[in-house]
Amino acid sequence: MKVLAALSGGVDSAVAAARAVDAGHDVTAVHLALSAAPASYRSGARGCCSLEDARDARRAADVLGVPFYVWDVAEKFSAAVVDDFLSEYAAGRTPNPCIRCNERIKFAAVLERALALGFDAVCTGHYARIIDGRLHRSVDSGKDQSYVLAVLRPAQLAHALFPVGDTVKAAIRREAADRGLAVAEKPDSHDICFIADGDTQGFLRKRLGDQPGSFVDAVTGDVVGSHDGAYAFTVGQRRGLRLGVPAADGKPRYVLDVSPVTREVTVGPAELLDVDVVTAEAPTWCGDAPRSPFSGLAQLRAHGEPLPCTATVEDDALVVRLHEPARGVAPGQTVVLYDGDRVVGSATIDNAAQ
Amino acid sequence: MAYLDHAATTPMLAEAADTMAALLREVGNASSLHGAGRRARRVVEESREKVAAALGARPSEVVFTSGGTESDNLAIKGIYWSRRSLEDGRRRVLLSAVEHHAVLDSALWLAEHEGAEITWLPVDEAGRVSADGLRAAIGGDGSDVALISVMWANNEVGTVQPIEELAAVAHEHGIPLHSDAVQAVGQLPVDFAASGVDAMTVTGHKFGGPIGAGMLLLGRDVDASPVLHGGGQERDVRSGTLDAPAVAALAVALEMATKEQPVRAERLAGLRNDLVRRVHEVVPDALLNGDPTLVSGARLPGNAHFSFPGCEGDALLLLLDARGIECSTGSACSAGVARPSHVLLAMGHDEARARGSLRFSLGHTSTPDDVDALIDVLPSVVERARAAGQ
Repeated sequence: MKVLAALSGGVDSAVAAARAVDAGHDVTAVHLALSAAPASYRSGARGCCSLEDARDARRAADVLGVPFYVWDVAEKFSAAVVDDFLSEYAAGRTPNPCIRCNERIKFAAVLERALALGFDAVCTGHYARIIDGRLHRSVDSGKDQSYVLAVLRPAQLAHALFPVGDTVKAAIRREAADRGLAVAEKPDSHDICFIADGDTQGFLRKRLGDQPGSFVDAVTGDVVGSHDGAYAFTVGQRRGLRLGVPAADGKPRYVLDVSPVTREVTVGPAELLDVDVVTAEAPTWCGDAPRSPFSGLAQLRAHGEPLPCTATVEDDALVVRLHEPARGVAPGQTVVLYDGDRVVGSATIDNAAQ
Repeated sequence: MAYLDHAATTPMLAEAADTMAALLREVGNASSLHGAGRRARRVVEESREKVAAALGARPSEVVFTSGGTESDNLAIKGIYWSRRSLEDGRRRVLLSAVEHHAVLDSALWLAEHEGAEITWLPVDEAGRVSADGLRAAIGGDGSDVALISVMWANNEVGTVQPIEELAAVAHEHGIPLHSDAVQAVGQLPVDFAASGVDAMTVTGHKFGGPIGAGMLLLGRDVDASPVLHGGGQERDVRSGTLDAPAVAALAVALEMATKEQPVRAERLAGLRNDLVRRVHEVVPDALLNGDPTLVSGARLPGNAHFSFPGCEGDALLLLLDARGIECSTGSACSAGVARPSHVLLAMGHDEARARGSLRFSLGHTSTPDDVDALIDVLPSVVERARAAGQ
């Protein structure tokens, strides 16, 4: 097969590409330049793309002996991922930009271009497995990324390769070192790639501006403090609230609801965070749509626990009834359904209730 | 395999490589006073005389540098600083928008940090500056202008500038003219003195010399403040231990390239014209960028530059590369991201035309087989790139 290997400059995608070469595929590497920082005069002189990552990716391609190119997807990324991230927060929701990137960039814009240019598949370093055309969890449960891939449909999965999903991360690092890949010891990336300093609140404040509002206690209805922007708060958050008035019972309070229109952030005791029913919109299926009702597992955040559930599809909505309540479920997050290790599908959470 | 990227760099001539390899085994710093130093000095000075003779300059006008980028920086910044220090009001820098980044970014840096004021010289659809355009841009008596910089021939679309006419206008106003002649030397007749240019950038690896060796020809009456400070080896304008092996190889290559220039130019123009004709045959809607006349005095003989409507240049490049054809899109940033060519945009083309462009450049090792190889695969490559869209 002709395979387009996306090299991020990290260890996983480098080993994935190496394994694709070993498997006998005709591999071409690309590094996706995602961020277009404004440059004073020469576009690209300063941080137009993370230069160090691009260089690491190029070195990995050199070691593998495959052609290497940089694809500039900054404009598409900015519109489909960064703008979405901002508007979701501005609407009081909690988005997952990695999911949007996989859905709209890596396995959409990039995959489509690859297929048009004559490639058969796109290969990435995601920790997930494709077994008989169906998406499954990685064997490394600590690194599993099936959650952020659960937006992929069968037609996309048919052209995806995840060669590291059958191996644990520690072994991938050893393999990278054995292969002479200099990125073997490079630290894992955790943060949102377009927020270089990891300060999400600062990023939001800079882009969305100050929008002062109040904290309201859900139990008493009293105003218990003020904030600079409701978008900086996520359901379930406890730290950084700086409430002026302590709770009557002295127990910690959590964000229960974010309402950007009124700029009100509702806070209250932990038990009010518990939800049993999660409603999500526009489900997509990684294979055939499941029979409704579906009994299986639901995962509500990237590294969350899978929770036993019963799910039904009602019109274009997915209603997930959790067998045990879950705490701190924010609209905008993605619910992913699993049948054991197999990913069934996903939908974006609209509403969570007790 | 077909290497169609000689404007990026061209293979070293065997004679130049042999000269360099032999000298790399010799010890000697050209600034040392003992025998080994004198031997290295002699190599440098003989080379200086050779390159001066080949380009119509005096040996004392040759400042050896590490190549085109350094020479451009030295000319733009050095002449600006020197002229401004004599007359503080002299802050304008006139340059065409189709200059190489080494010129553009040097001037833009001066504007950002040193109070320079840039006046852009308009170019026509071929990318050419006119004497009238220059005169209009100078405006008054020119006493506020530090320098003018217009390249001899454009690296992307191959357009040759009317350098002598521009130099005459500059001199009417007593303003020094710098010209980046990196692409011209070896492809066109270049005579420093006859052209009237005051400073001229040359680099070795575009005509069969080594990468990392070049020069700035700097007229005897033109002052430039140094960019690199140190031992003052080159006329107190450029410091750094002279690279005698590279300088010698540069001189050997330049001598051969200038001697063979008329014959080589004619042969390359023939190949290039064949390439252009056949590209139009197999891809009828391909658009030739730059001067359409294909006359040597108007366009570099080895240059062909096209836009392929509906295609992205980087897609074309990837597909051609996979089929053994090596060519280039416009400028790339250090991370390798293709940007729409500033040259095509300055010529009045839209972004789509700029993004869908490719340069094929021929050189001393090019053969008809190279053109055949390109033409064989081009139709299917363009079709596929078009399917991938812009």
